[in-house]
Amino acid sequence: MTSAREALQQAARSRILLTDGGWGTQIQLRKLTEADYAGTLGLGRDQKGNNDILALTRPDVVAAIGEAYLAAGSDIVSTNTFSANRISQADYGAEHLVADINHESARLGREAADKFAARDGRRRFVAGAVGPTNKTLSLSPDVNNPGYREIDFDELKAVYCDQVVALAEGGADFILIETIFDTLNAKAGIAATLEAEAKLGRELPLMISMTLTDLSGRNLSGHTVEAFWYAVRHAKPLTVGLNCSFGAAQLRPHVRVLSDLADTLVMVYPNAGLPNELGEYDEQPETTAGLVREWAEHGQVNILGGCCGSTPAHIAAMAKAVEGLAPRHIPEVPVRTRLAGLEPFTMAAA
Amino acid sequence: MTQTLSSSSFVNIGERTNVTGSAAFKKLILADDFTAAVEVARQQVENGAQVIDVNMDEGLLDAERAMTTFLKLIAAEPDIARVPVMIDSSKWSVIEAGLKCVPGKPIVNSISMKEGEEPFLAQARLCRAYGAAVVVMAFDEVGQADTRERKIEICERAYKLLTGIGFPPEDIIFDPNIFAIATGLEEHDNYAVDFIEAVKVIRQRCPHAHFSGGLSNLSFGFRGNETVRRAMHSVFLYYAIPAGLDMAIVNAGQLDVYDTIDPELRNACEDVILNRKVKGEAESPTERLIALAERYKGKDAAQEKAAEEWRGWPVEKRLEHALVKGIDAHIVADTEEMRLAMDRPIEVIEGPLMDGMNVVGDLFGSGKMFLPQVVKSARVMKKAVAHLLPFIEAEKEEGAKGKGRIVMATVKGDVHDIGKNIVGVVLQCNGFEVVDLGVMVPWSSILQAANENDADMIGLSGLITPSLDEMVTVAEEMQRAGMTMPLLIGGATTSRMHTALRIDPAYEGPVLHVLDASRAVGVATALVSDTGYDAYVQGYKQDYAHIREVRANKGQSALIPIEDARANGFAVDEHIRPFPPEQPGVHAFDQWDMAELVEWFDWTPFFRAWELAGTFPAILDDAVVGESARGLYADAQAMLAKIVGEGWLHARGVAGLWPCRRDGDDVVIHLEEEERHVRIPFLRQQIAKREGRPNMCLADFVSPDGDWIGGFSVAIHGIEPHLARFKAVHDDYSDILLKALADRFAEAFAERLHAHVRTVLWGYAPGEQLTPEAIIKEEYRGIRPAPGYPACPDHSLKPILFELLDAGNTSGAILTDHFAMLPTSAVSGFYLGHPDASYFGVARVGEDQLVDYAERRGVDLETARRWLRPNLD
Repeated sequence: MTSAREALQQAARSRILLTDGGWGTQIQLRKLTEADYAGTLGLGRDQKGNNDILALTRPDVVAAIGEAYLAAGSDIVSTNTFSANRISQADYGAEHLVADINHESARLGREAADKFAARDGRRRFVAGAVGPTNKTLSLSPDVNNPGYREIDFDELKAVYCDQVVALAEGGADFILIETIFDTLNAKAGIAATLEAEAKLGRELPLMISMTLTDLSGRNLSGHTVEAFWYAVRHAKPLTVGLNCSFGAAQLRPHVRVLSDLADTLVMVYPNAGLPNELGEYDEQPETTAGLVREWAEHGQVNILGGCCGSTPAHIAAMAKAVEGLAPRHIPEVPVRTRLAGLEPFTMAAA
Repeated sequence: MTQTLSSSSFVNIGERTNVTGSAAFKKLILADDFTAAVEVARQQVENGAQVIDVNMDEGLLDAERAMTTFLKLIAAEPDIARVPVMIDSSKWSVIEAGLKCVPGKPIVNSISMKEGEEPFLAQARLCRAYGAAVVVMAFDEVGQADTRERKIEICERAYKLLTGIGFPPEDIIFDPNIFAIATGLEEHDNYAVDFIEAVKVIRQRCPHAHFSGGLSNLSFGFRGNETVRRAMHSVFLYYAIPAGLDMAIVNAGQLDVYDTIDPELRNACEDVILNRKVKGEAESPTERLIALAERYKGKDAAQEKAAEEWRGWPVEKRLEHALVKGIDAHIVADTEEMRLAMDRPIEVIEGPLMDGMNVVGDLFGSGKMFLPQVVKSARVMKKAVAHLLPFIEAEKEEGAKGKGRIVMATVKGDVHDIGKNIVGVVLQCNGFEVVDLGVMVPWSSILQAANENDADMIGLSGLITPSLDEMVTVAEEMQRAGMTMPLLIGGATTSRMHTALRIDPAYEGPVLHVLDASRAVGVATALVSDTGYDAYVQGYKQDYAHIREVRANKGQSALIPIEDARANGFAVDEHIRPFPPEQPGVHAFDQWDMAELVEWFDWTPFFRAWELAGTFPAILDDAVVGESARGLYADAQAMLAKIVGEGWLHARGVAGLWPCRRDGDDVVIHLEEEERHVRIPFLRQQIAKREGRPNMCLADFVSPDGDWIGGFSVAIHGIEPHLARFKAVHDDYSDILLKALADRFAEAFAERLHAHVRTVLWGYAPGEQLTPEAIIKEEYRGIRPAPGYPACPDHSLKPILFELLDAGNTSGAILTDHFAMLPTSAVSGFYLGHPDASYFGVARVGEDQLVDYAERRGVDLETARRWLRPNLD
């Protein structure tokens, strides 16, 4: 069989592909109780809100959401493992379950993807989702001590490596490092994935997705989109892109910048607009679809999807909106030494 | 100044955050005073360091801890963290600890094959995993490379090993070791030559790799004698940069302008650097420099020339004199003297320096001074300000915002910046702060820089017609971003008409077309005026609205259907077609004689570029601008002598002649050997003409029954290292002068090559004997219209032409995505040989021709519309 990397690249040459939408809001809709979350694991702490653990306690819910996205038209389904790392699970006293959660979540995704592929012969992909954790390598949590860090690179790399290995063993095709607010965290994730590749003896193509925290187009660690791309380009990722941030309307100029620069597939999955005063996302599927269609019309994206607040209906609307539109053409980028501080620095040709 | 993109090819790496290079920094680190150490980094970046080198290799330090502590601290400072870091250590453990703290893409300095291939490659793989570029020292198992041969051998071997494991060649930076010379030991005498020669060869053999070096080693023997050290560094760079050195750990503020170094000292430095033994002289170059150095010990070079009368004046007067006369030899010393005399360094700028520049501004405004002198004055001002900035920063004062701040850029896809640089200089002379983003700047960077710098206005420049469209994009994006600051439009293709019709409607804020540099100050001043602003911008808005209205009402001269225009085409005299070429096919010229090209210069546009109006040579005796023109001409001649004599620039060109036939408004070239046809669609005039006047199209000059057409591309190469030298010492004057001369070379070469085609290659005018004046007046037979110019306004024909000529490999010219040519000084076009062929302007094109043209070009309508936008209604 063609490798997942090649298969995705091949499919992306003929059309704009779709990934899935938000998971958190889908889970909230189901009004699960503490009993649903805790199951029979016998953990000492409350589990309500620990969405990732549902892979062990309510696998039916996880499978149903994945299938709803596939039914809506997703080519890629991600795993419900945004917080399935030792750091985040420690808050629930569930750090010893990290490998199981990731493994199960990937397995559920794999099953669903293969089920849909068997129906119509179109290959579906599983992206093992790796969140940023709630620790940051570039910033000090203590304003009076800017040199302090809560965690160091090697610790975070080890945390990521455990998660990545479990996701890969559970059946994930790709590793999706997403919602990157700290570029150095992402670099630790990349280093961890390289280590996992060596450990498992197989390729783990990376999908890298940055999140912007201010409208001028920087993430929390201060990197511009261009500087970020140069800082992670060594990973030769299968996709690079933006997710979460704000809604599609505010992301527009930054998608354009990335699209011009990246010599790989571009994947963007914004939130369904900005939250209203109640913290709810109320952007209608057609609205989001209309906004992302603008990128598609300008040939700026290869893969679209949704983040917070988006639903299978959003994905279905996007699929409809971009049907028949040509995917982004991957530009040839001249060979240049491209360095980065918070801002990019490109040297003239040698 | 914010610069997100390096358009220059020489990178200054800040050296002061290096404990081995800076005693002051070492002291701070040893005292654990990291707060003050961070300020050193900040100053470096403010001073223009594009990368900062961090080195903590000191026996008394825990280098790993010092490195990681410092890197984490500067990560928290956006003004510092914006530039990439160079993690510098001889210990791998320190480097790796550093890599774990740097979020961007840093440079590792350095790794080498000192311990053998395996550790070298293991470290390279880790650099790759962390996402870093590397400096590779020319060091192997045997030792550090000293001779040319060893440097080449080691670097080449390292390059092969690295590229063999998939390390990107562009992320390799070689440090072939700059060693101390003039030490008295004979075996050291050739070290600088070895370095320069090795770089030349390695650069050829290792594509995409860069070169770096630590400059201070070179003059190690002259510690304590700054004058001599600076001269040595400047002279070394003068030779090493053209050889390929493209980054160096250096204090840019402490380099001298090559031309201003005392000639005796300069010659002595040249002799030691180039290891030139003077025949018959008992003294060796080293001995001579050592003897000469005695004279400069403890002195400043400035004092040497105190004999000159003005040097005896009070310091304020000296500053003014230096600014007005554009003399930069003593400016740093004088500025320093002034600084010591005043309470705060900022007062030097706000007081005597601005006073001096006001004198310059007044002289310029009253027509008593002209652009070339003003640019020289600005060079002096820049140097003075560069000297003061660290002190101002140290005081943590709010930098003087001056009258106002303008962000300027040549838009994406365009590489021309002579005009923009002139406007920038003139504005600076008049107290404006200019943030120059360089060339090929995407709209996103322009908007970002405007916001980040809290700019008062944005200035856009462009020379080629696609830039007009890009300017509209910038305006649209400013509108989308909800900006309100004024947008200034300038550059050769821009016009009041285009601004009114296309740019102004795209942006609700003020849009102002600025005709030339001399108007820029007036416009900018009005825009920062508290009282006059509203009325002023309203005036522009109304003016543009009026233009639009008039145009909408009156309409323009009517267009006729393209079919009718074709029926009214130009009929050539079929009896006098030129015969087939003597030498058909493609002819490349790798090195045209530069000295000969100088004889073909058309000087008039050169003076126009400097806004000196008049025809050459009469302009030299002009009552008003004559003196200025003569000064400029003399400087140009001096630089020409160097360009030609020292081989700064070289001219590469290609001409092709192919059989063809006309098919409608297309010319179809038949490439016999490749058995294929290439179609070149031309545009036709569509404006309704008076009886008897044809609607012209270039295809009219070609016979449908078989004919010949030619094409050419010429380009002037090698300018970058010289511009980099000028940039490094804030020398805008030489920068602009060299660019303007390179443009003259390109035009002269186009003219010369056309003559060669007429008399030899095509040979239809073998006996042509024209004076240069006649050539300039185009009194010859046949034309050479260029894509993007009035007779064939579509720039997008260039890729077709370049492919026919294999221009990338023959003339060495390439195209940007908006069809601007690189190098910037380049000309291309078609040759049409019919005696009736003449230049005309296509002007406006109708929708029917657009649709037809899109079909003929084989592109969709939107693409064609974009290409032809300047000619559409």
